[in-house]
Amino acid sequence: MQGSEAIIKALVAHGTKHVFGFPGGAVLPLYDEFLAHKEIEHILVRHEQGAAHAADAYARVSGKAGICIATSGPGATNLVTGIMTAFMDSSPVIAFAGQVPLSLIGNDAFQESDMMGITLPITKHNYQIRDQNEITAIIKNAFKVALEGRPGPVYIDLPKDIQSAEVRKEVKEIEIRGFKPVTKGHPRQIKTAAEMILNAERPVLVGGGGVLLSNASRELQKLAGILNIPVATTFMGKSCFPEAHPLALGVLGMHGRKVANYAISNADLLVVVGCRFSDRITGNIETFAEKAKIIHIDIDSAEIGKNVPVELPIVGDAKNVLQQLIETVKKVARKGETAWSKKMRRFIKECNCNIDVKGTPIDPRKLVFELQKVLKEDDIVTTGVGQQQMFAAHFIKRTKPRTIVSSGGAGTMGFGLPASIGAKVAKPESEVFNFDGDGSFAMTQQELATAKVEGIKTISVIMNNAYLGMVRQWAELFFDRRYSEVYLSRVPDFAKIAEAHGLKGMHVERPAEIGAALREAIKSDEASVLDVIVKEETNILPMFPAGGNIADMFGGCIKVKGKFF
Amino acid sequence: MIEGKKEREAKHKHIVGILVEDQPGVLAKLSGLFSRRGFNIETIIVGKTAKPGVSHIVISLLGGDRTLEQLEKQLNKLVDVIKIIDLSPERSVVREHCLVKVASNPKARADLINISKLHKTSALDIGKDYMIIEVIGKPQKIDNFLDLMRKYGIKEVSRTGINAMQRSGQNNHK
Repeated sequence: MQGSEAIIKALVAHGTKHVFGFPGGAVLPLYDEFLAHKEIEHILVRHEQGAAHAADAYARVSGKAGICIATSGPGATNLVTGIMTAFMDSSPVIAFAGQVPLSLIGNDAFQESDMMGITLPITKHNYQIRDQNEITAIIKNAFKVALEGRPGPVYIDLPKDIQSAEVRKEVKEIEIRGFKPVTKGHPRQIKTAAEMILNAERPVLVGGGGVLLSNASRELQKLAGILNIPVATTFMGKSCFPEAHPLALGVLGMHGRKVANYAISNADLLVVVGCRFSDRITGNIETFAEKAKIIHIDIDSAEIGKNVPVELPIVGDAKNVLQQLIETVKKVARKGETAWSKKMRRFIKECNCNIDVKGTPIDPRKLVFELQKVLKEDDIVTTGVGQQQMFAAHFIKRTKPRTIVSSGGAGTMGFGLPASIGAKVAKPESEVFNFDGDGSFAMTQQELATAKVEGIKTISVIMNNAYLGMVRQWAELFFDRRYSEVYLSRVPDFAKIAEAHGLKGMHVERPAEIGAALREAIKSDEASVLDVIVKEETNILPMFPAGGNIADMFGGCIKVKGKFF
Repeated sequence: MIEGKKEREAKHKHIVGILVEDQPGVLAKLSGLFSRRGFNIETIIVGKTAKPGVSHIVISLLGGDRTLEQLEKQLNKLVDVIKIIDLSPERSVVREHCLVKVASNPKARADLINISKLHKTSALDIGKDYMIIEVIGKPQKIDNFLDLMRKYGIKEVSRTGINAMQRSGQNNHK
């Protein structure tokens, strides 16, 4: 058996059904082997960044590892943005790239780049396979490291000669001494947490991306239900708690819902699950949840106390810890309505403003409104990065876990389209919508070729405001409307771009056309692009500025100021 | 300069032992972590342990307690890190090794040899206008000795950085 066969066998052994990749000189032996192994479907992208994003979204939707492959040098460096995106959002991606033969490493050979050095700060771990006999064991460990504990990307460097070398003494197992994630919460901490929760008058649960990663949505709902506690989610945690639930506060943070941010500001206890307290969540750390004690549940102990001091840390897997908490509080009491929960239920209703905004040019909220109407609960929404992403965060309601996929921590423009491809491959029975911006979409639009040729149906809905909308918004609000290099001039014509790929492209300029265009796209068997012309200068509000207080949001429809309790 | 929270903390010296996989690139992983998270490492030494495949790293750094806690947690996340050992001076034996090249003409030579003997250091090499002296001890002892040498004229100093070992336990062999 050659090294390349060992690689594919190891992938198959770990349940890999799809890989996203782009071949090249240094991975030729591996690609040659794909011809003999039909157990794995290879999806040929048009740029390696697309492969990494697709693998990332595949992982986020399925919970399994997402695999991408590139050649050495520029192929590998093109993966970097995608690996970093996966790293920031704790997504289990395993990225393979070819490398020059072992004997040439360090000689500045053709298409050589030090990927071990480059991926060092953006992976959970990386491996360079220097002995073909270790391929099986290293890939096994890569899956373990990527998926267990706090998930994250793993990079594997594959020197070309290793791929074609004969595996004679296969090493099946290499012990990883330094990797033993804690999964259960400490019983004493659980007991204390239960007491704190039962004694709190104004508790709020906060679900982060960790709730989705550990598949703990049901447990979170159960705990909220037993104790009547309102639940906010971070943007990364969006969809971990059904947003139509009467206790759902929605997304908190910079562009979150006021009701969520105000609840945090007035709470006396926060139970925060699987969240790293990013600056986009907390705003000014000094005033963040200043009246509240914080219980922080996270599988990564390094996140606890990193940004925000907490009263009670619980290290463990969200699902296990929430189960333990439910067991403990269940014995004591169910909690009926409290003054706090009643008040919150009322505010949650009031905070649902009308987004059926009439008029031409189209208001972005109207676009969200129409999209929401056709969205089924199993459908998946991916997004680009910018205003359109925050419109999605704020207004689109998701009720099932893992049904929204977006680049949160990294904020990677161009994520939407390749992510929609990865999501569709992971869940072909669901409709996948890429809610994108004109700036973002243009960054990876070449992946329309992937969608066409591989027959992957996704629907790109481009909120086209002709601007780099979010940068423009900040320039308007914080730089006296001095617009520097933010106007994109409505170039290119995205409908024609779609048509050039043999796909359906539609122009939408009037509110009444949105619904029909969406329905046509849904009916079609192929990918399509809706170029929706929206108002050029609209802001996504409410918001608080970077480093501002979360209780001091401006804009949006609840008129009451932050401290309305 | 804008002060970060690390600068505002009350700082003191910490010594941390790290057992790592003896693999290529491990030191790069560690030093990359130190620089990107802004940990200011004063000294670092690396060597073998009694167990094949396991290397021992000792670092000393100046920082507050929160910084130290973050450092230990972040180090623990590295897959190649097997174990973190607290080597605070109260519970450890702490030593450093230093080579110092001092200017010495025949007149000063006797003097230097006497001082050297008194401080239990060894003269390793004697040339016509210099002398290389080896000092082993606590970092403070080395500082003091170097102070004494100053008036003769220090030409070169090479210190290993702090090495330390816990007074109890058998961390290296677990």
